[in-house]
Amino acid sequence: MTTKTLAGAQVALDDEGFFTDPDQWSEAMASEIARGEGIAGLTERHWQVIKFMRHEYDEKGAAPNVRALAKASGVPIKELYHLFPKGPAKLAAKIAGVPKPRGCI
Amino acid sequence: MSRRVLVLGGGTGGTLAANRLRRVLEPTDQVVVVDADNGHLYQPGFLFVPFGMASPSRLVRSRAGQLRQGVEFVESAVDRVDLDADTVVLADGTAISYDVLVVASGSRLLLDETEGLTGAGWGQRIHTFYSLPGAAVLGGALATFEGGRIAVNLVDLPVKCPVAPLEFCFLADWYLRRRGVRSRTQLTFVTPLDAAFTKASCNRTLSGLLGHKGVEVVTEFATAAVDGEKGRLVSYDEREVDFDMAVMVPLHGGAAYIERSAGLGDPLGFVPTDPATLQAKAKPNVFVIGDATDLRASKAGSVAHFEGEILVHNVRRFLAGEEPDARFDGHTNCFIETGFGRALLIDFNDDLDPVPGRFPGPVGLPLLKESRLNHFGKLAFEQLYWHAILPGREIPFIESAMPALGKRRQMAEEALEMVGGAR
Repeated sequence: MTTKTLAGAQVALDDEGFFTDPDQWSEAMASEIARGEGIAGLTERHWQVIKFMRHEYDEKGAAPNVRALAKASGVPIKELYHLFPKGPAKLAAKIAGVPKPRGCI
Repeated sequence: MSRRVLVLGGGTGGTLAANRLRRVLEPTDQVVVVDADNGHLYQPGFLFVPFGMASPSRLVRSRAGQLRQGVEFVESAVDRVDLDADTVVLADGTAISYDVLVVASGSRLLLDETEGLTGAGWGQRIHTFYSLPGAAVLGGALATFEGGRIAVNLVDLPVKCPVAPLEFCFLADWYLRRRGVRSRTQLTFVTPLDAAFTKASCNRTLSGLLGHKGVEVVTEFATAAVDGEKGRLVSYDEREVDFDMAVMVPLHGGAAYIERSAGLGDPLGFVPTDPATLQAKAKPNVFVIGDATDLRASKAGSVAHFEGEILVHNVRRFLAGEEPDARFDGHTNCFIETGFGRALLIDFNDDLDPVPGRFPGPVGLPLLKESRLNHFGKLAFEQLYWHAILPGREIPFIESAMPALGKRRQMAEEALEMVGGAR
C-alpha cells in the first residue's frame, strides 16, 4: 500500500496502483492517472466508460470484467481495447478510482 | 399444506439438490425438475474423449433415471421466470407456480460470440472438447495429427472447470509422445490471464509442469477472432498466434431463459447470488446452485456438491419461515490430470488457497503434488458421481466445510510470499 498526491489530494493506492478507498477519487484525478498509464487525453468515450465503472461499482460493490463491461456499457470490446489498451477493465477501473476487478477462480 | 419446489435444470447441481430436497421435505411437498432434454452428461469425462480414454456414449445417462422416486421430471425448455408471480413459463406456454425456485441451469457455450470460431475450418482445424460431439470430432483429428502447431486457447473466464484447459495440454503432450509425433508438434497454451492459472499458489506447480512438458504459454491474450483460413488467433490488441490446430475453450454464459427473465440475471446470463446463503439477490425464495451462479467459486461439480448441503438446509429453513443460516465457504476440490497416469489434487475455499499436504486428513491423497493415486482417484470419481454425488448421499470424510487438517498451511503461506515477492 502506498500514498500518492493526485490533483492536490492524498490518496491511498494498493501495490498495483488501484484505489483502496474509491471515495478519495475525484474526476479531476482521472486524466492524471490516465497519463501515467500512457493515455494522453481522455475523450468523451473514455468518460462514458469511466462513469459506467463508477456506477457499476456503486451499485454492485465490484468492478465488472471486460465482457460484462462491453455488454452493459454499450461500448464494444474492440473499442474498449482501443480506448484502454492491454486490459480495458483493469485500466478503466484504475482510472475510475475503483478496486481491481476480481477475476474468477 | 403442500408446497412446490421447482428446480430448473437436471444436471449435477439440479439433480443432487432435488434428491436431497426429496429426502428432507414433507411427503406432501412436491419436488419438480425441468430440463430441455433427458440426457445427463458426465462432463468430467469430456476431457478424456479426445485421447480415446473415454467413449462418448458411456458418458450419457437418463436425467430422469438419476432422480429419486417422488421427484417429478418435466422435459421441456423454459421460456422465462416471472419473479413477481412466482411462476415459470415453459416453452409451450404452460405456467408452473412455485413456493421455492432452484436455478440449476448451468452454463452454456457461446461459440458464436467469438468471431470466426465456427467459421472456416470449424470441426476440421478448429475444435473444442467442451461439448461431447466436439470432443469426439477432436479425437478423430488428434488420432491422425502428423505434427505442427497446436494452440489451446482459453477465450475468457468464467469457464467450466478452469483447470481443464491445462489438463488438456498435459494429456496432449503425453498422447502425442505416445503416437511419436510430439517432437514435430509445438504445443502452446494461450490465455487471457497473466499466468497459467488463476490461483497464485498453484501457478508455480502448474507453470513448472507446463515448462517441464515443453508447453509454451502466451499470456494476456484476449482473443478477438479465430481465422480458420489463415490458421491464426487474433487478439483485441492485434497480436497473433499461428496454428495448424486450434483447441478452443469458448466463452460461457448462463442459460438463455435467464436473459428473458426480467431482474434475474447479470449481463452474462449468470444469476447474482448471495455467496453465503445461495439465495438469488433478486428474491429470497429463489436459490441458485452450480454453474448458474455469479459466484467467484469455480464452475465445477465439486462446488455444486458442496453447495448442495448448504442449499437444501437453507431451502428447508426458508419454507419453515426461518432465516437461512447455513453458509457456503467457496469450497472447491479438483483432480488435475497431468498425463502419464498421474494427477494432482487441489482443495481450497474463498479464504484459503490450495496448499500442499494430504486430503481429507493427514492420511489421505497427496495435495498439490503429482501422484498415481490421484489419477486413480480421478477415474474412481466417475462411479462416485453416479452413485453418491447425484443421489445426494453424504460422502464419508468429504464435507461442505473445507477441511484444514492435513494441510501444510505455513509452507503455503511462505510459498505465496515467494510468488508475491518474485512478481
